[in-house]
Amino acid sequence: MADYETPQLRPYPEIPALQPDATAHLKPYPAAPEHNEALGFPGELVDNWQEKAIDKMGELLGKYRSLQVFLDACVKCGSCTDKCHYYQGTGDPKNMPVARQDLLRSVYRRYFTFGGKWFPSLVGARDLTEEVMDEWYSYFHQCSQCRRCSVFCPYGIDTAEISMAAREIMDSVGKGQKYCNEILGKVHKVGNNLGLPGPALESTLEEFEEEIEDDTGVKVRIPVDEEGVDVLLITPSADFFAEPHIDGLMGYAKVFHEAGVSWTVSTYASEAANFSMFIGSYENMKKAAERIRDAALELGVKRIMVGECGHAWRVAYSFWNTLTGVGHGAAEDDEYAQKLQKQLDPNYPAPQHICEFTWDLMQEGKLNIDKSENDHRVVTFHDSCNVARASRMGNQPGGQFEIPRNIIKAVCNNYVDMDIDTIKESTYCCGGGGGLLTDDLMEIRVKGALPRMEALQAVVDDYGVTNMAAICAICKSQFAKVFPYYNFEMDMILSTHQLVSEALILTGQGEQQEEEAPQEEEAATED
Amino acid sequence: MSSLTVLYALLFYAAGLILLAGLIFKIRQYAKTPAPLKIPTTPAPVTRGGVVWRMIREVVLFESLFKGNKWLWIFGWAFHVGLALVLVRHLRYFVEPVWTWLALIQPIGVYAGFAMVGGLLGLWARRILVERIRYITAPSDHLMLALLVLIGASGLMMKFVSHTDIVGVKAFMLGLLVFDWQPLPSDAPLLIHLLLVAILMIVFPFSKLLHVPGVFFSPTRNQVENAREKRHLAPWAAELER
Repeated sequence: MADYETPQLRPYPEIPALQPDATAHLKPYPAAPEHNEALGFPGELVDNWQEKAIDKMGELLGKYRSLQVFLDACVKCGSCTDKCHYYQGTGDPKNMPVARQDLLRSVYRRYFTFGGKWFPSLVGARDLTEEVMDEWYSYFHQCSQCRRCSVFCPYGIDTAEISMAAREIMDSVGKGQKYCNEILGKVHKVGNNLGLPGPALESTLEEFEEEIEDDTGVKVRIPVDEEGVDVLLITPSADFFAEPHIDGLMGYAKVFHEAGVSWTVSTYASEAANFSMFIGSYENMKKAAERIRDAALELGVKRIMVGECGHAWRVAYSFWNTLTGVGHGAAEDDEYAQKLQKQLDPNYPAPQHICEFTWDLMQEGKLNIDKSENDHRVVTFHDSCNVARASRMGNQPGGQFEIPRNIIKAVCNNYVDMDIDTIKESTYCCGGGGGLLTDDLMEIRVKGALPRMEALQAVVDDYGVTNMAAICAICKSQFAKVFPYYNFEMDMILSTHQLVSEALILTGQGEQQEEEAPQEEEAATED
Repeated sequence: MSSLTVLYALLFYAAGLILLAGLIFKIRQYAKTPAPLKIPTTPAPVTRGGVVWRMIREVVLFESLFKGNKWLWIFGWAFHVGLALVLVRHLRYFVEPVWTWLALIQPIGVYAGFAMVGGLLGLWARRILVERIRYITAPSDHLMLALLVLIGASGLMMKFVSHTDIVGVKAFMLGLLVFDWQPLPSDAPLLIHLLLVAILMIVFPFSKLLHVPGVFFSPTRNQVENAREKRHLAPWAAELER
């Protein structure tokens, strides 16, 4: 077992005292040369890395207004200092958002500002030394890019933008992180994070079809690479193999089946996640997103839908239109985007979230729901950070909070929210986002989960909550892994569409199996 | 014409020039640097009008800061609103005749001076007393507070302790505007006050005071959230499609 302690849950969370360098020892495994090279980065640390890194910083300052403004505008007011889950879980001052930014800002000031060039110690400017670079590698991999700090900043400074830039600078001189870069290489090569080839995917999905049929007596299809269907579903590849993700995938399949909408997954574009965002690489992000565009063009679909995934939904919702034209509203002379947009049905948003789809069907009364199927549960909902603070669902701002809750309430009789300061726009990251979902960063993942664990414990104690639902592959994997550290059962985490799946009565379901249907009638806790 | 008058006249021309040129440079830089991706912090407005309203709330009420920390908000807001009113009050040294509304708000400006200095002292206390804020504070942060507190204190001193010849000050300021220099009264509080103001003007475009133009260019606050409805493409990103 590891040589660190799981933080104690505090009944009344306080801002922790500073513990300098508490997590300075944490560093993810470095990428192997071939992992870096596959993404267009130097394999190993280049000789003149300082010069190259400063040049890259200058390049990024000219390409991203966010970086330029954010590095200039911070007044060190301290509003963000207690907002990061990693700071709350570790007390390490460099996990305070402003201090994390300052690791980069100090170098920016030294090389790009008058004050830093002439009066470095006065304005806290530093040379880019090996120690500084090591510090970057450590602490910019202790940021999950969840944007919680940006909510509370009077200038909207988003540490995610800073950590993306820092990681891109490090990649550009050959200092890449294994987890992100290796996985991204698999997406470019095979089409998904797992490196799961087409035939393996097909046989996995066949098994799911059998499982649904065994369960319900109804044949529900999970089509693969079918041309001419209405919907292309892009979902995180974790939905194909991990628990509780696969239960969510079977839920989507049942919803499509009941809606009578034709759909398919693609073996070529079999990944919703786009880890290029984590490393701030626009080029790689575009390249990964182009697989989706190409699959949509080849299959001739009218709609593109995205499964339950947080950062993926951010990339899909906010960036796909920009990156590859998956969206609407391109200029008339924008041939690249128009090629796809003319094919997509203008009556539906592109891309569309699976929750938007399900909720629309529920409102139209197209799904036959038996809420009592979930009566043995008291459910709460974890807002995934990047869905909450970097995207939307539905037509109204904030739909990303309401639609998943509406769905859960439509399929469960017992629903409660966690503390208002820990949900919706103030939601805490699960602790594993932003390219940190790797075993070599287990300590920061466990500690970073603390604020969410405390909020969960409170509703377990007060309302007897039995399950937490999520709409993100990373959240689900992270919680399944860290729950045991905090004495929760790992299967307490559920896919939102798993709840839908269990309450959804398929047309024709139960006609042969009436007599064996088990009735679970546990008295559920009322709040 | 005393050498003091000449010195201060030249100082203010230089300070004004540096402030203006520096700000124009930075604002141009912010305006010209593209924001290639849609990154508003959501929930965000979906129309241009909604963004204007969000920005007004941010700039006038410090909405995000209010969400973040109530003490910080009280001190920060008191300082900024105080400063804004004090600046408006000072307009009377630059216009002749003084507009009626400007004459009427003069007493408010005095209270505002206390709010400004009080807010600054509160912010300074946090820098010293709160461990987290102490950690992120650089010497320049203390100097900036010292500068502003001294400007406020020397100004209040002229109002309440040792009056200066404000008619003379006004003649000097109006003279500066039309390049017809008039003698500057030479009492210490005034000279200190004006010197510090000139320093503030010079430091402005090189310091964290860039948060003033910066907030208007912050993509997380000024972008319309309509990524699915309208394709957003930066020039350098468009190049990648050719």
